[in-house]
Amino acid sequence: MENKPLLEVKNTGIQFGGLKAVQNLNMVLNQGELVGLIGPNGAGKTTSFNLLTGVYVPTEGDIIFNGERVNGLPPFKVTRKGISRTFQNIRLFNDLSVLENVKVAYHSLAKHNILSSVLRLPSHFKGEQEMEEKSIEFLKIFSLDKYKDELAKNLPYGQQRRLEIARALATGPKLLLLDEPAAGMNPQETKDLMDLIAFIRNKFDLTILLIEHDMNLVMGVCERIYVLDHGQLLAEGSPEEIRNHPKVIEAYLGEEVHDVNA
Amino acid sequence: MKKSKQFWPFIVVAVLVYAVVQFLISAEIINQFYSNTLILIAINIILAVSLHLVIGITGQFSIGHAGFLAVGAYISAIVTMKLHLPFVVAIIIGGIVAALAGLIVGIPSLRLKGDYLAIATLGFAEIIRIVFLNIDAVGGAAGMQVSHLTTWTYAFVCLVITLVVIVNFTNSRHGLAAISVRENEIASDAMGINTTYYKVIAFAIGSFFAGVAGALFSHNFYIIQPSQFGFLKSFDILIFVVLGGLGSLSGAVLSAILLTVVSTYLQGYPETRMIIYSLVLILVMLYRPKGLMGTMEITDYFKLWRTPKGGGQHGK
Repeated sequence: MENKPLLEVKNTGIQFGGLKAVQNLNMVLNQGELVGLIGPNGAGKTTSFNLLTGVYVPTEGDIIFNGERVNGLPPFKVTRKGISRTFQNIRLFNDLSVLENVKVAYHSLAKHNILSSVLRLPSHFKGEQEMEEKSIEFLKIFSLDKYKDELAKNLPYGQQRRLEIARALATGPKLLLLDEPAAGMNPQETKDLMDLIAFIRNKFDLTILLIEHDMNLVMGVCERIYVLDHGQLLAEGSPEEIRNHPKVIEAYLGEEVHDVNA
Repeated sequence: MKKSKQFWPFIVVAVLVYAVVQFLISAEIINQFYSNTLILIAINIILAVSLHLVIGITGQFSIGHAGFLAVGAYISAIVTMKLHLPFVVAIIIGGIVAALAGLIVGIPSLRLKGDYLAIATLGFAEIIRIVFLNIDAVGGAAGMQVSHLTTWTYAFVCLVITLVVIVNFTNSRHGLAAISVRENEIASDAMGINTTYYKVIAFAIGSFFAGVAGALFSHNFYIIQPSQFGFLKSFDILIFVVLGGLGSLSGAVLSAILLTVVSTYLQGYPETRMIIYSLVLILVMLYRPKGLMGTMEITDYFKLWRTPKGGGQHGK
C-alpha cells in the first residue's frame, strides 16, 4: 500500500475544439501527501481539477485513482469513489442552512429510499436522524455548530470557505482538491486556513492537492509542487527547488533580458 | 419525530375541513356552484403543488404542465368511458400514464437548462395536445363526453394524498438533494448527488399528480376538449407557483385558492374578467415580488411566534 500511489495521472489532456487547454499532464500523488499546483492565470489549473473530478472528460490519457480508472465517470460517481473538491468561486447552497449544506454531503451515505420517506417508514426516521447527528458532529469539528441554523449566504466570507471545506470533507474523501482556498482572505484568515489544512490532514488521513496563488501558503504547507504553464507541466519538485527553478521564474516574472547591461 | 409533530395536526385539520364541507354539501346548505368551485380549488391546488415540486423545489423551469394534465384527463376518461372501469382505477391509471409521459419528456429534456428547458417542455405539451386533437377515438377537436364522477370526496382525498407525498418527499434527504440541485447544480454534483436522477424523479412525481388532477378535471365537466389544455393552461398553473412564491408549498396552495376564487367570481363580469385578473397578478408581483409567501412556509410563522429568535426553515 505504501508504494502504490493514490492518484496517478498519465499523459492526460483535454482539447476544446482547436485549443489544447491541458496536455501531457503527468502527476503522482502518494497517500498522505500535501501537494500544490501552481501556475500563472490561464495555465490550466482549474481545468486539471475539472478533469480529475469528472466535470470534463479527458480527450487523452488516463486517471487512475486508488487502482481504478476514473476518467469518464460523471462527477457524482467520482465523488463517491473518494475525490472531493472545493471551488474557486464559493459554491455553497446559499439559501440552505449551514447544517443542511453538510447534510447534502451525507446524502449518498444514507440508504433509505424515496418510498420509505414518502410513507415515513422507520428506516426514514433512522436514516434522517443519523444524517442529522453526523452533520452536527461534523460541524463541531470545524467549530461551525454555532452557525448551524444560519443561512450559508449570511456567513462571513472566511467562514463560508471553511464551510465549503467542511462540506467537501463530509463526503468522506481520500483525496481532497482545494481550488484557491485562500482567495480573498486577509493574512490572518490565510494563517487560520493553513492551520485548518494541517489539522484536517491529520484528522482525516487525507491526501490534498491544492491550487493557490498565495505563495506564502503554498511554500509554507506543500511538500511537493507541480507548476503548470500554457496547459503543460513546467516543473515539479520541493518548494525550495521550485523557488529557484529558472523556468518557473521565467513563467512568473518573464524572460531575463541579458543584453540590457551588456 | 419532528415530522409527526406537524403530521397529526395536519390530518386533524384535513378531516375537519372534509367533514364540514361534506356536511354542507349533503345538507344542501351550499349549492352546486359552490361545491363545484371547491372541487376546482382542490384540483388547482394539486396542479400548483405538483408543479411546485418541479420548479420551486428542484428548480427546473418547466412550463408544459398542462400537457400532463391532458394525459391524465384523456387516459382516465378512456378508462371510465371506453373500458368501463371504476373511477378510482381511472385516477390511478391517469396518474401513472402521466408519470410515464413525464419520464419520456424529462429524460431527454432535463439535460437542458433554464430557458431552453422551458421551451422544450412547452413544445412537448403542445405535441401532447395535438396528438389528442388528431385521435378520432377521443373525439378530436369536438372533444370527448365524460360522465360526471368527480365528487368533493374524491377531490379532497386526492388533494390530501398529494400534499402528504410532496411534503414528505421534500422533508427528506431526497427533497434536500432536489433542493441542492436548485441551489447549485455543480456543487450538488460534486457532493455525490445524481442530479439527473433527482431532476427526472421530481419531474415524474410532478407529472403523476398532474395526471391525477387531470382525471378529476375531466370527470368534472361532462366534456373535455384539447383546447382546454393549451399553453394558457400551463401558464395558469405556472402563475399559481410564481405568485405563491417559488419554493413555498403553502404559497402555491394559497395562490391556487386565491386565484381560483378570483377567477370564479369574475365569471359574472366576462368583459372585464381578464383585465381584473391581470391587475391582481400585477399588483401582487409589484408589492410582493418574491410571491405571497416568498420562500417561507406557513408553519415558519408559527415557529416565529413560538421562538422569537427564529430558527430553521423548511418547516420540519
